[in-house]
Amino acid sequence: MKQGFRQSMAWLHTWSGLILCWLLFAIFLTGTASYFRQEIQLWMQPELHASRPDALTAQRAYDALQARAPQAQSWNIVLPGPRSPVAQVSWRDAGAPVRRGPGNGMVLDAGTGAQLSPRESNAGNFLYRFHFELYGMERITGRWIVGVATVIMLIGIITGIVTHRRIFKDFFTLRPRKGHRSWLDGHNAAAVLALPFHLMITYSGLLLLMTLLMPWGIEAAYQGDTQAFFSEWGRRGGAAESAPLAPREPAPGATPLSAMLAHADIAWGPGQVASISVTRPGTAQAIVELRRRGTGSLLDRGQPDRLRFRGADGQTLPAEASAEPSGPGMVYNVLTALHLVRFADPVVRWIFFLLGLMGTFMAASGLVLWVVKREPDRRKLGRTPAGHRLVQVLNVAAVAGMTAAVGALFWANRLIPAGLPGRAQWEIHAFFAVWGLSLLHAAVRPHRAAWREQLWLGAALFALAPLLNAWTGTSHLLGALRHGDGLLAGIDLTLLALGLTLAAVARKVGLHRPPPAPAARARPPRAAPRPAPGGAHTGTATPAAAAGRGADA
Amino acid sequence: MPKPSSAAAVAPDTAWRYRLTVASRLAAAVAGGYLLTAGATALLSLALPGPRASAVLTATMLSFSIFTAAVMTAFATSSAARAWLWLALPGALAAGAAWWLSGSAS
Repeated sequence: MKQGFRQSMAWLHTWSGLILCWLLFAIFLTGTASYFRQEIQLWMQPELHASRPDALTAQRAYDALQARAPQAQSWNIVLPGPRSPVAQVSWRDAGAPVRRGPGNGMVLDAGTGAQLSPRESNAGNFLYRFHFELYGMERITGRWIVGVATVIMLIGIITGIVTHRRIFKDFFTLRPRKGHRSWLDGHNAAAVLALPFHLMITYSGLLLLMTLLMPWGIEAAYQGDTQAFFSEWGRRGGAAESAPLAPREPAPGATPLSAMLAHADIAWGPGQVASISVTRPGTAQAIVELRRRGTGSLLDRGQPDRLRFRGADGQTLPAEASAEPSGPGMVYNVLTALHLVRFADPVVRWIFFLLGLMGTFMAASGLVLWVVKREPDRRKLGRTPAGHRLVQVLNVAAVAGMTAAVGALFWANRLIPAGLPGRAQWEIHAFFAVWGLSLLHAAVRPHRAAWREQLWLGAALFALAPLLNAWTGTSHLLGALRHGDGLLAGIDLTLLALGLTLAAVARKVGLHRPPPAPAARARPPRAAPRPAPGGAHTGTATPAAAAGRGADA
Repeated sequence: MPKPSSAAAVAPDTAWRYRLTVASRLAAAVAGGYLLTAGATALLSLALPGPRASAVLTATMLSFSIFTAAVMTAFATSSAARAWLWLALPGALAAGAAWWLSGSAS
């Protein structure tokens, strides 16, 4: 092995990149969509769109629980906010086990307090779950596959940095209409501009899966007792619910909820209460806890500020002591809170969404680059080797096909009857049907035509989704804009913008003519003087160009 | 670790040997790298100062950096045999030390 460190890292970058880029693209795409999981879920349930919150929403939700579950052990009310127009209430009956996920619950119209029955739809959550545990397999298996892909992504990033000599110059380099060099520049720009984000999202993704991927520290220090580790770490206290309860005493009077909310308005500013929980409602021992929207600090894993009151008379109670996180605990908390966007600021959420799209583009451009880079090889051979063809087909289906399949989710959501039993599952079937057909289509159509047609399909599905919403939903874009309903209008406009972007890309692919004579392509003047060992047609030392060397297997 | 030249230009047995060394390095990276990472994580979890939970957390969070460095080492060494030497040997030592430490601690 006479090559230098940089070349060996370039080789590793190309091959580790190609092998899992298809999966990484899917993870990036669905993960980026997950930043707007709640918004997608909302779009998918037009029955909720007419809800209009007002000052009395909290009291209505409280009254609804009083009427529906007066004997419950605890109540929880999630108030409407910038990301949801409805109130969600849930309760836990005495003796019922503490568990995550939905127990007993209702969705209420914030303006009337009436129970809403939205269509069964889980597409937003499906995209979210897909990005870290895939689908149709054991969750643990899916998490392992995603974890391995994430490790390879980390290796791809680090080796990409190592191979990259001109990292700062690439901020400003884009050579359009220059075949593979344009793709290379695009790939580098997407990678370098968003590099801190890529590193953060990759490493924090691994931290979220760390007890699965790397349990050996816990194994050694705790003999594998993960729960003991968690409770010593102070992340999940287990004993809070098990204290014996005093017998029920009826409350002396009505809980002064409005006074508590007024208190919160003074402490936090108006409209900052995100949720209300009541333990032992309707009794003399009732405790009401208000949680603030968003979070003050990332150091404590995005825990929101809280206010506690005695239910009987509205007297404030001291806050529950929470353990100060340790140094490594803070590192973990900050990184994972960043990954999960555990803070409310919509500007930051949008920035992360755009950075996620850049990551998605980085994965896609890396895949395209692999194919475009080898165009001279195919010309020299006069045919497309089977390996190249396989990569081409998989690229189209993984990138354009999957994008179209996500668009198809929105259409399936509205075209499948709202009352059909098991309809949430049919939405997901539609997603996989479109994805599967895209693979078939990519296999039978010429490479460029397959790209163009599937990109146009995705463009149409996304760009026309606002029309579909107007046709099948209870609101439409113009109405939402007129009523100042920024949430629904924002979702429609984002779908439209994504569709137009895909259309622009599809048009570009359609207009593209391959350069006539590959031999005439001039070598750029900044070509590295050292001849690459295997790279007859590469001169630069940028990562993917270098990566192209010796990759003609 | 690029190929010396394109597959068509070299003798078939050279290409075959090349593929074998790539496979060997890959195995060293995955198996040796994971062994080294697991051993180092376990050892650091026991040896780092401070509260036990902090030590485990620090070691586990570092493990992904260790694994990345291990994989890069496997492909940067001058031969596949060296890749095995650099990863599997310290990996076995670290894992053995961690096993011995955790056994004597409990």
